[in-house]
Amino acid sequence: MTVDGGSGLDLSQRPSSRTRTDRAMTAVMLVCLLAVVVPLAAVVYTLLKNGAGQLSAEFFTADIPTISRIEGPGMGPAIVGTLLITAVAAAMALPLGILGAIYLNESSAGGRLGRLIRFMATVMTGVPSVVMGLFVYVTYTLRFKQNAFGGALALAFLMLPVVIRTTEEMLKLVPDNLREASAALGARRSRTVLTVVLPAALPGVVSGCLLAVARAAGETAPILFVVGAATSVNTNVFREVNTALSAQIFANAQLPFEGAQQRAWGAALTLVLLAFVITLIARVVTARFALKR
Amino acid sequence: MDAPLDFRGKAGIADRLFGFAALAAGTIVLVALGTIAFTTTRRAWPALDAMGFDFITSTRWAPNDEVFGAGAFVYGTLVTSTIALVLAVPVSIGIALFTTQVAPPRWRKPIVYVVDLLAVIPSVVFGLWGILVFSKQVLPVYELLHGWFGGIPVIGALFGETGSGRNFMTAGIVLAVMITPIITSLSREVMDTCPTTDREGAYALGATRWEMIRGAVLPHSRNGLVGAVMLGLGRAMGETIAVALVIGSTVGVSANLFAAGDALPARIANEWGEAEGNWRAALVGLAVALFVITIIVNLAATAVVQRTGERGGRR
Amino acid sequence: MTDTLHDGLADDSSSTDDAPVFVTSDLSVYYGAYRAVRNVSIDIRQNEITSFIGPSGCGKTTVLRCFNRMNDLIVGARVDGSILYRGIDLYGADVSAVEVRRHIGMVFQKPNPLPKSIYDNIAFGPRINGVRKRSELDDIVERSLVRAALWDEVKDRVKASALGLSGGQQQRLCIARTIAVEPDVILMDEPCSALDPIATGRIEELMQELKSDYSIVIVTHNMQQAARVSDRTAFFTVEVNPESDRRTGVLVEFDSTKKMFSNPADERTENYVTGRFG
Repeated sequence: MTVDGGSGLDLSQRPSSRTRTDRAMTAVMLVCLLAVVVPLAAVVYTLLKNGAGQLSAEFFTADIPTISRIEGPGMGPAIVGTLLITAVAAAMALPLGILGAIYLNESSAGGRLGRLIRFMATVMTGVPSVVMGLFVYVTYTLRFKQNAFGGALALAFLMLPVVIRTTEEMLKLVPDNLREASAALGARRSRTVLTVVLPAALPGVVSGCLLAVARAAGETAPILFVVGAATSVNTNVFREVNTALSAQIFANAQLPFEGAQQRAWGAALTLVLLAFVITLIARVVTARFALKR
Repeated sequence: MDAPLDFRGKAGIADRLFGFAALAAGTIVLVALGTIAFTTTRRAWPALDAMGFDFITSTRWAPNDEVFGAGAFVYGTLVTSTIALVLAVPVSIGIALFTTQVAPPRWRKPIVYVVDLLAVIPSVVFGLWGILVFSKQVLPVYELLHGWFGGIPVIGALFGETGSGRNFMTAGIVLAVMITPIITSLSREVMDTCPTTDREGAYALGATRWEMIRGAVLPHSRNGLVGAVMLGLGRAMGETIAVALVIGSTVGVSANLFAAGDALPARIANEWGEAEGNWRAALVGLAVALFVITIIVNLAATAVVQRTGERGGRR
Repeated sequence: MTDTLHDGLADDSSSTDDAPVFVTSDLSVYYGAYRAVRNVSIDIRQNEITSFIGPSGCGKTTVLRCFNRMNDLIVGARVDGSILYRGIDLYGADVSAVEVRRHIGMVFQKPNPLPKSIYDNIAFGPRINGVRKRSELDDIVERSLVRAALWDEVKDRVKASALGLSGGQQQRLCIARTIAVEPDVILMDEPCSALDPIATGRIEELMQELKSDYSIVIVTHNMQQAARVSDRTAFFTVEVNPESDRRTGVLVEFDSTKKMFSNPADERTENYVTGRFG
């Protein structure tokens, strides 16, 4: 067959400057990725190098030395404090946040009040933790003194909007025909929500809440203002000062003493491991059970 | 069978209780913002009242003389967040483009995981790394930059003498690392909504991948990207602990990026322990100023993002 | 397959060049291990409108997207057999898909103007191909819009967003955008399926006008449209493997539109065009 391939048509001619730009931009994007991987690797590396040696049973349980110049463990009170404050905060913020999200998604679909609350929750996620800390200081600590509950309050306020927004996103993923099926069987709305909608959305909700908890566990600024600094274990949430890993890292990082800095590294590694484990659980829950977008 | 039909029944009460509880939860959010603004402003009032407008404009902060001018900290907050944005925005958009447009689908998840891992690390840990490791390692680089650019008129002012490694630049870099995950994930989400048909339309005109990105993906994502950047800005301005550890904690306004300074939230964290009386009120005042600034930024970001959503809905 | 290229085309033969634009032989398309279309052999001739018809899932769009290598964008898509475009193997090792698409334009099912102004939509193609001069771009934009019968409706607002146009206008804009890069062939993938009858009529008119300068291949689910606008028609259908329930598209018959609709050779074609086939 005769073809007019001889007419100068050349599909192989690759427009060189354009192809070069295309390649260059792809390379730039890879460099961007590298620009994130390098600091991440640097942080993780120094954390492991300086922190791993600190971790021991004694480090996890012993009191914090009252004289920071002293070398050696431990961080027991801070670990207890972090767990306690975070747990109490979660116990307050999660039920409330989930209820709020249910209100937004199930009761007031598109209502003006609902939209306002959603908007406020979005804005509230942007309130810096230091502001939240001082808010709790002004409204709570001035009256009830520094204690773990104040810290829990501050963390709860930080978690609440996040929990509301992520839960609502998950509830939105529950198909409407599930709700209709339940309603058609004569179930009340509260019943429908509790027995049909929430179970369907639960894995996503759990994972979203865990991520919010992981973030809150690392918060520092509010702890400084409203929790104070203890050196021995205090399990009473409402009485006397307490402490947390994050606050200990902050305090010890600024000290010129080798022992203090070592404890800071150990505390940092502990805190990162804690946050990492919570995040990992969230990931597994999402991957295994969650409704897909 | 004789019982009258009652459509309200007991479940009606449960329904209403449930609705009430849910409404209460929503209301907390609703009143929280107002309460925060009111209570903190009231607490800060003695200092704000004494200083007047000088509280924001003056750069003299001398607690012993009862003079509280936050100007230097506002300046520090703006400088460090600007540095953070300049560094983090291109990097984040680059990563988001790579993930959504370039990388094979198999790579996608690992990349997302790695970037999100940065968000798992608490800010105080970045601060610890910054003060004990990074600020020392980066010092020679600053000196090199000072040597290269220090002599150039105008631009040279930015690259002045280096004291310690704890300065605006170090704080900006650490902030950049911290806000990259949030900007990246928001950018990724908005880029993902670019319709395949738009992308194919550009390809069908003979575009290379980069030309397709410039012609279809970026115009489509523009509003969302602006929103993502502003949310990142809000984060950077409010970040306290990491900045408090690496900015140098000095009251000073200098064009020199390698000079020590301080930022609004960092100053609060560093001075809280020793402050009392009006000094404390002034620190709460710094928080009020920070609150106002971040709320404005976040409101603007939310508005921009919502506009994107509506436009997306129309198409 | 069928080689009855000169039947029933006496009225049109004067304008056609004898060398086909595309020679497709034994083309199969795979998505991963799954064969979506098998053994398609079709010649597309110059300055004609060729239509692809058939039930959904018959692979007509898949085949169309091979002509400008649009399937390259789908991960795992693979092509067997060959498509010669003016004598050059489109899937040859040395061929650049970017360059192919500059010569072979495409209009999509849903109007897909870029989120830019009308002007920038049309200037996009010329710009990436190196046209920088303002006056030259102005010229191309006007010429393309006139050719796509859209100029009169938008000449006062070429700087306005293309997303503000009606569906029919958007589709004509997409045609104008395609013309702006001066392609040789225009592929159209159900270009009217999202439009109302009036807008559809305008696009069909436009296709008749464009035929003198371009070769057009159109996929349509609308048999009347194929009968109205095209010179030749290819009928595809789906073969279902009873064991695996796999569906594969096959070409049943390819002939002049007149013959396909009045006197098809294959019974399946007859059933389809007379509406006896779902």
